[in-house]
Amino acid sequence: MKTIGFIIQKEFKQIFRNKGMLPIIFVMPMVQLLILANAATFEIKNIKFAYLDHDRTPTSRALLEKFTASTYFNVLTDYASGKQANSAMLKGDVDVVLEIPPYFEKDLMNDKHNQLGLTINAIDGATAGVESVYVSQIVQSFNKNIRTELMQVSDNLVRPIQITTIPSFWYNETLNYKTFMVPGILVLLVTMITLFLSGMNIVREKEIGTLEQINVTPILKKQFIIGKLFPFWIIGMGLLTIGLIIAKLVFDIPIVGSLALMYAYTSIYIFVVLGIGLFISNFTDTQQQAMFIAWFFMVIFILMSGLFTPIESMPEWAQAITEFNPIKYFVEVMRMVMLKGSSFTDILPQFAKTLVYAFIMNGLAVWSYKKTS
Amino acid sequence: MSIVVSNISKSYKTVKALKNISFEVNEGELFGLIGPDGAGKTTLFRVLTTLLIADEGKATVAGYDLLKDYKTIRESVGYMPGRFSLYQDLTVEENLKFFATIFGTTIAENYDLIKDIYVQIEPFKTRRAGKLSGGMKQKLALSCALIHKPKVLFLDEPTTGVDPVSRKEFWEMIKRLQQKGITILVSTPYMDEAALCDRIALIQDGTILQIDTPEAIIKHYPKAIYNVSADNMYQLIESLKAYEHSHSVYPFGEFVHYTDKRTGFDPKQLKKYLEEKKLAGISIEITQPTIEDAFMELAI
Repeated sequence: MKTIGFIIQKEFKQIFRNKGMLPIIFVMPMVQLLILANAATFEIKNIKFAYLDHDRTPTSRALLEKFTASTYFNVLTDYASGKQANSAMLKGDVDVVLEIPPYFEKDLMNDKHNQLGLTINAIDGATAGVESVYVSQIVQSFNKNIRTELMQVSDNLVRPIQITTIPSFWYNETLNYKTFMVPGILVLLVTMITLFLSGMNIVREKEIGTLEQINVTPILKKQFIIGKLFPFWIIGMGLLTIGLIIAKLVFDIPIVGSLALMYAYTSIYIFVVLGIGLFISNFTDTQQQAMFIAWFFMVIFILMSGLFTPIESMPEWAQAITEFNPIKYFVEVMRMVMLKGSSFTDILPQFAKTLVYAFIMNGLAVWSYKKTS
Repeated sequence: MSIVVSNISKSYKTVKALKNISFEVNEGELFGLIGPDGAGKTTLFRVLTTLLIADEGKATVAGYDLLKDYKTIRESVGYMPGRFSLYQDLTVEENLKFFATIFGTTIAENYDLIKDIYVQIEPFKTRRAGKLSGGMKQKLALSCALIHKPKVLFLDEPTTGVDPVSRKEFWEMIKRLQQKGITILVSTPYMDEAALCDRIALIQDGTILQIDTPEAIIKHYPKAIYNVSADNMYQLIESLKAYEHSHSVYPFGEFVHYTDKRTGFDPKQLKKYLEEKKLAGISIEITQPTIEDAFMELAI
C-alpha cells in the first residue's frame, strides 16, 4: 500500500513538473470545449440564395420576399439566365438557385398549381438535404397564403380541413445544439486526455530506461500499474468536473439528472480508457508509436460514437462495431442523465457493458505488461 | 558461490549474443567482465538481473535460481544499467527515496552503506537528476542501486563516458563496497580497469575467452612484447605487418606493440629490417604485457 502511495506521489510530481504537459492537460481541453461547443452545430445558416425570376409579377415578388425575410437565406442576386446561375453555382458563389417560370402568377390563378425549379449545391449532402427542407417549408407556407388570397367565396364551402403538426422537442425544447453538443464534447475531451496520457506514460519510462530499473525491483505488477493509472483517473475526474462547471456557467446546459450517477459512471468509464491506453503502451516502444495508435483508435471512436453522425443511419456492420466503442456509451449516458434525468435503471445496460469492458481491458493490460522480456 | 552461471545461451533472432557462457563468482569477490562493445556483456547482465530469460542454461545469483526464485533475486541484487536510468525530473533525494520505498526500506536504514557516496552528492539533493554532471549521475545511480543493501551488485559499464578523475574515484568506491562484503560483477571496455578486479573474464562475441586473476592472465602471456617506435608511425605499422616473422602488430599508446613468431628473436634484426625500409628514429624495447595485450592475443 505504501509503495502504491509513493508511486502515485511520484507520478503527480512528474506531471506537475512537466511544464509542457500541464497546459495540455488542463487548458487545452477547456479551450476546445469553449470553441467546439460554439462552432459545432448542425444548424445551417447564411445559405447563399439566388433566383431567376422569369415572371416578374407581384406574386413572384411576394414569394421571393419570403426568402428575404428568412434568417436562413442570404438573398444575393437575381440572374438573367440559367447559364449565369449555373456558372455561379460552379464557382461556389451560390448554394441554392430558385427558378420561377414565366406565367407563374397566371398559371397559379388559372390552374391552381404550378412548378418551381430548384437547384441545390449538393457537394455536402447533409447540408443540401437541410437546405431543401428549408426551401420547401417556405414555399409551402407561401402556398397556403396564396390560396387563401386567391380563393373565391364559393370555394370556402368546399375548403378541406387542414391537418397541421406542431412538433414538441422533448428534453431539448428549443433544439439548442449546444445543449446537445456540450455533453458529447466533454466526453471526447475526458477520453482523449486520459487515453493519450496513459498510452504514453509507461512507454515513456521505456524510452528513458527507467522501466528497466523498475523491473529489477521486487515491485509487483499490480502495484506499479495501479500507482501509474490512479493519477490519470484523478485527472479524468477533475476534467469532468471542470467541464461540467463550464457547461453550467458558460453554456447554461440543464443538468437534470443526478450528478452522483454521472460521476459513478465516469469513474468506471475512465478505467476502460486507461486500460486501453496501458495496453497500447505495452505493445509500443516509443511515445511516437503509442501516440499514433492512440490516435487511430480515437478517430474511430469519435466518428462512430453517434456524436456527429447518428449510429442509426450507419450500415449494420458499422453499428455492430460501435458496440465496442466506449465513447458511444459515455455519450449516451451523459446525454441521458444530463438532459433527460435518467436514473440508474435507465442506464443499466450501458453501465453493465462499460463495467465488463473495464475488466477486460485492464485484465489484458496487466497480463500484457511483462517485467521480463 | 555468489554467482554460478552454467552454459547460458541467448539469441536475438539471428544474432547469438551469448554462446554457452559458464563462470563462477565467489562471495565478496570483485569480478570483471572485460570485452569490447557488442561482446554480450549487457545481455549477460540483463539475464542475471532477471530482465531477460536465457534460451538455454542455468544460473544462480546469491544462491537463488534465476527462473524459480526470480522474485527473491530482485530483492537481493542491485543493478546499475549502462545508461543513466533514473527519473531525470525528480530530484536527487526523491530518486533515492523512491527506490528505497519500492524496495520496502528507508534511506535511514541503510544510510551507512551509501554514506561515502551520498555525501558527495548530498549538497545537490534538491537538484533534478537530469541536471547533474555525468560523474554525479553515476554516484546517484550507484546510491540507488545500493539503497536496499543488495548481496550482489551488477554494474554495467559504470565508467563509460565518465572523466578520468571520476573514473578513478568510482573504482575507489567500488573497492570500498567490496570490503563491506558485497559481491560485485562489473563490466568495462577499459582494459586498464581490469587490473583492479580480483578476477576477470575476457569476453568477445558472446564467448568467454579466459577467466583468471589479472596477474595470472598477464603472467601466462606467451610471448615477449616489444615497444617499437619510429618517426613515421603509419609506415612503421605497415612495415611491421609486412615483416615475415611478425606475429602481432597493433598501436598501443605512443608505441606499437610487436610480438615475433620465433622463440629466439633478436631485436637487432628487426631494427635492420626497419632501417632498410627507410624508417628513422627507431627504438625497440622489451616491455611488460598488459591485460590489453592478453586480450589482443586471445581475440586475434
